[in-house]
This record gives sequence, C-alpha cells and structure tokens, in this order.
Amino acid sequence: MDTFAALAHGMAVAVQPMNLLYALIGVFLGTAVGVLPGIGPALTVALLLPVTYKLDPGGSLIMFAGIYYGGMYGGSTTAILINTPGESASMATALEGNKMAKAGRGGPALATSAIGSFVAGTIATIGLAFLAPWLVDFAVRFGPEDYFALMCVAFVTVSATFGDSPVRGLTSLFIGLTLGLVGIDKLTGQARLAFGVPELLDGVEVTTLAVGLFAVGEALYVASRRHHTEEKLEPVRGSLWMTKEDWKRSWKPWLRGTMFGFPIGALPAGGAEIPTFLSYSTEKRLTKHPEEFGKGAIEGVAGPEAANNASAAGTLVPLLTLGLPTSATAAMMLAGFQQYGLNPGPLLFAERPDLVWGLIASLFIANMMLLVLNLPLVGLWVRLLAIPQPWLYAGILVFATMGTIAAKPSVVELSMLAGFGVLGFLMRRFDFPIAPVVVGLILGPIAESQLRRALAISLGDPMALLQSPISATLLGVALIALLAPFVLKGLGRFKANED
Amino acid sequence: MTSGDPVQPPRRVDRAGLVIAALLAGLAVVLVWDARGLPSTAMYGMGPEAMPVVVASGLALLAIGNFIDALRGNLPVRESSDPVPVVLILIGLALLIAIIGFGGGFILATSALFVTTSAAFGRRAILVDSIIALVMSTLIYLAFDRLLTLSLPAGPLERLL
Repeated sequence: MDTFAALAHGMAVAVQPMNLLYALIGVFLGTAVGVLPGIGPALTVALLLPVTYKLDPGGSLIMFAGIYYGGMYGGSTTAILINTPGESASMATALEGNKMAKAGRGGPALATSAIGSFVAGTIATIGLAFLAPWLVDFAVRFGPEDYFALMCVAFVTVSATFGDSPVRGLTSLFIGLTLGLVGIDKLTGQARLAFGVPELLDGVEVTTLAVGLFAVGEALYVASRRHHTEEKLEPVRGSLWMTKEDWKRSWKPWLRGTMFGFPIGALPAGGAEIPTFLSYSTEKRLTKHPEEFGKGAIEGVAGPEAANNASAAGTLVPLLTLGLPTSATAAMMLAGFQQYGLNPGPLLFAERPDLVWGLIASLFIANMMLLVLNLPLVGLWVRLLAIPQPWLYAGILVFATMGTIAAKPSVVELSMLAGFGVLGFLMRRFDFPIAPVVVGLILGPIAESQLRRALAISLGDPMALLQSPISATLLGVALIALLAPFVLKGLGRFKANED
Repeated sequence: MTSGDPVQPPRRVDRAGLVIAALLAGLAVVLVWDARGLPSTAMYGMGPEAMPVVVASGLALLAIGNFIDALRGNLPVRESSDPVPVVLILIGLALLIAIIGFGGGFILATSALFVTTSAAFGRRAILVDSIIALVMSTLIYLAFDRLLTLSLPAGPLERLL
C-alpha cells in the first residue's frame, strides 16, 4: 500500500542521526518546559519557536514534534504531582492522579500516564498515517469556497460549541479575527488598522500574541491570586513500577481513551477537553472499584491521559491535511510551519513528502524516546518542580520576552507583548477562553482570502458558497454548531422551570 | 470556578461586564472607522473594506450579548485579586521596554524584569536576585548570541563581553 511505502520513506528520513538528535533535543526541551507549572504544550511550542529560527525546516519540524509530545508528557507529571494542570486537558488527570500521589502511589500514577500516553500516541499516530492520505485525496477537490466553509466550522466549534459560554467564546474569537485584520491586505496592498505605525504593517506576530497571552498573562494572573493558593509538591514515594493489578486495571482504559481521543481530535471539534472528560466519566461508570474514584483510582489517570495524547495526534490530521488548526497547540505548530514559508495542506503532501512523512515517522520515535526518558528520569523532572515560584515565573518572563527580543527588538513589538499579557490576564480573570484568540488570528486572514478568491471566481455572486455541495454541507454544520448551544441552554432552562 | 448556582444572592448588574461590552462596541466603531478610509478597488466580490465591516458587526452583536450577560449578572464568580504584584510585573515590563529602547542592552533589560517579577512573587532579597539575574541573563546572552547566532540587542554590558 501507498501509506506503507510513504511511511517507510519517512522512517528513513527520521532515523538519520541529525534528525534523531533533533527529536531527542525536542522531547528533552519539551518535557523540561512542559513540567513547569502553568506551562502547557501550546506555550512550550511558542516559547521554543524562536530557538529553532535558524535550523533547517525538516530538522526543526521534527524538533517541534518532540516538543509537542514532550510538553504533553511533562504536563501530566505536573498535574499528578502538584495538582496544577497546565491546561484544561490535564484537569481529569489531576483529579485522580494527585490523589494517588497523596496516597503514596505517585510512581504508578506517573507510570500509567506515561505508558498510556505511549500506547495512545502510537495507535493515534498510526491512525494519522492512514487517515491523512485519504483525507488529502478528498481535500485536493476542495475549492476556495469549501475551505472557507471548513474554516467557519472550525471557528464555531473552537469557540462556541464546546465552551462554557458561547458568547464569551465567540468574543474571544472575534478579538482574534480583529487582530488578524491588522496590517497590509495581501490582495490589494491596502493597510488596515495600522494607524500609521510602520511595525503594524506586517500584522500581528502569532508568537508575540501567544507568548503574551499564555506566558505573560499567566504570570500576571498567578501573581494576582498568589494569596489564594498554596501549591504543594507531592514527593514520589514508594515504587515507580506498576503492579500486576495496576496493569490489569490500566490497559482497557488506555485503549478506550484512545478511541475517544483520536476521532474527536481528528474532527475539527477543538481541543482535548471533551475526550478526556468523556474518558473520565466512562471509566468511572465501568470501573470495578467505584469506591476509589475521587480518592485516587488508577483508571481515572490511565483513561484521560491516553485520551489526551490520542487527541493531540488527532489534531495533527486536520492540521497537516487541511492546514486547519483546531487547538492552541496546533495553531502554534502551524505558526512553526509558516516560519519556514510552508503551508500544510494537500499540496505539502505532494511537494514535500519527505518533510511530512519524516514528521509523522518522527512522532513514533519521539513517543518511544519519551517513554524511555520519562520513567527513569522522573526524579530529574520532579526537581524542576521544586524551583521556588518567584524565580520560576521571573525566569519564564525572561525567556518569554527573549523570544520577542530576538525576533524583533523594537519598542512597538515589546509593548504589544506587554499589552497582550494584560489582555491574557483580563481574559483569565473574567473567564474568557484564550485558544479562540490564537485560532482567530491565524485562520482569520486565511478564511478571508479564501472567501474573496471564491467570490472573485464567481464574479461576486455569493450563491457560489451554497452551490458547492461540500461548502453548503459544511456551512450547514457550522450553523447548527453555532445555534445548538443556545437552543440546548434554552431547553435546559425550560426543564429547570418544570422541576 | 463554579457558576450558575441556583441559590445565589439576588443577581446584580456586573459593572466589569458593562465595561467589557462598551470596549467591544468601541472596537467595532474603530474597525468601521478604519474601513471607511479604504478605497473599494475590487472589480468583483469583496474589497479590503468588507471583512472589517463583517468582523465589526460580529463585535457589535457580541457587545450586546455581553451587555445582556452583565445586566443579568451572568458572569462567573471572581475571586479577590491583589493588584500590587500585577503592577510590579508591569513596571518590570515597562523597564525592559525602556532599557531596550534607549540601547541599554539585553542583559540589563531582562535583569530588571527578573528582579521585579521575583519581587512581585514575594521575594524581598533584591540584591541576591539582582546577582542571579545578571549571571543568568549573561549566560543566556552568550548562549544565544554566540552559539545560536541570534542577534540580541547589545548595550554597554554586552560590549564588555
């Protein structure tokens, strides 16, 4: 089969000594930064983007893949040992994992999450390898109007359908879309929202926005509520290894978590929160030890962790085949591609198969390395958690600003970074989701140019959007996804009144 | 954070929510004002001024949505917040920008940010932190400027190295 040949070719690229080294550096950096509390995989990639500035695209994309997977592993270590999930997808892990660590079973909790992540990551990457070519065949038939419709689906699902409040999610999205308008319009050369500032003509840098929102915003937020929380690091006591009983209780949740994570991640449905919570509630229902849930049940770590990693691999499907980021981390990966002038999508599979398949193959290798790195070296990562909070956040801010200083050492760019930091702080304080802003900034300009291209081809007839069956279907899906939460909320209120 | 608890004290108008709604409406106005200055050059379809107007309409609708939420007091419960550390970190960022802007160099600028952030998180040993910051930023400067050949802005300290 084609996929096997392509994958074998990719393997040959990935096992070149230099690329193996890049993968190793990637997983190492990714785990180290991901372990730091409050830093999720998206910020890990954003912080490390400038570092890879000068490497060749192939090697640095392999490094990204390592950083991405490493950040996920590191995040779960933090969630288990200090109960501060760096991202909402680790929340389910923190629920049971931290209880296990408190009960002196931190070792098995870390082990089941690492091995579960490995199992899920491997299965999901196989899924990616087989689903991607099929989707690419489908996607080459997409016209600009179909792409526009697809992006509408992503906009709605990322911001409205699965959040707490559709109004606040959409507000975040539109802030991102507004930022995406800044700069020179690519089709006509007109400057929009630049207000005569020359630095704004190039538009808003994705890394500046992401680092500002995630790193600076998080530091400000944590500082503002330092008086509330007392973080406690649970030491890893007892054996690191899982008992036979632990294995028996873990393998089914791993597989079930993968089954939730991969398909939901591969759909443009946005994020890993849904599959992790689905997996958590499923394991809670199916377990033979219901009394342990809430007190440290190993199923409650194994399942969500597997779901989290599987969905991370799943989000790479729309990202690589369609150029469609559906999570903040995927958005940062897309920014990584764009840094080298590469646009993920069907064309990239045809033009640079070595790059795409090398990346997919290196995901397998990164996963393997992480399993080997994580279990024996867990002591090292735990020591990173013991850095005193003042130095930790001071260091994070220094590193965060360094990226911007290295890319563009201008007062305007640094002021934007600080401004986005304040925005991130306020959004956290008033409970607006952050990811839609980043997705809006990246996808907004692409959606606009696809729409304008579609309308130019149809000589300005907007009905072209509905005449393509693909586009009409997708726009219908977007509309339903937009209205569903409002209708369901109305139904919920109706039910509550009846009670 | 928990919200939507049915037995809450009577809901009141959320002032911060009203400010958010006003800001969104203001942003929509800015977008339309900026778009009006753009010439419509497209022969067919949309010109550069169409998308800002679409986004502005969305923002206006969302301003109304946020306004309604604020009136109903539908915003999630907020915990108390300490403004002092936030201001300290912002001072640190302002110092960093000023030092870079006036050619003070990377090491001094990031050290200033490090010390103020550390103070914001409750450290009071400013001298020790300053030394740590200077050593760390010098090492970062050497690693990135010399090894990775990223160009970081140089000031008086960097020229001594």
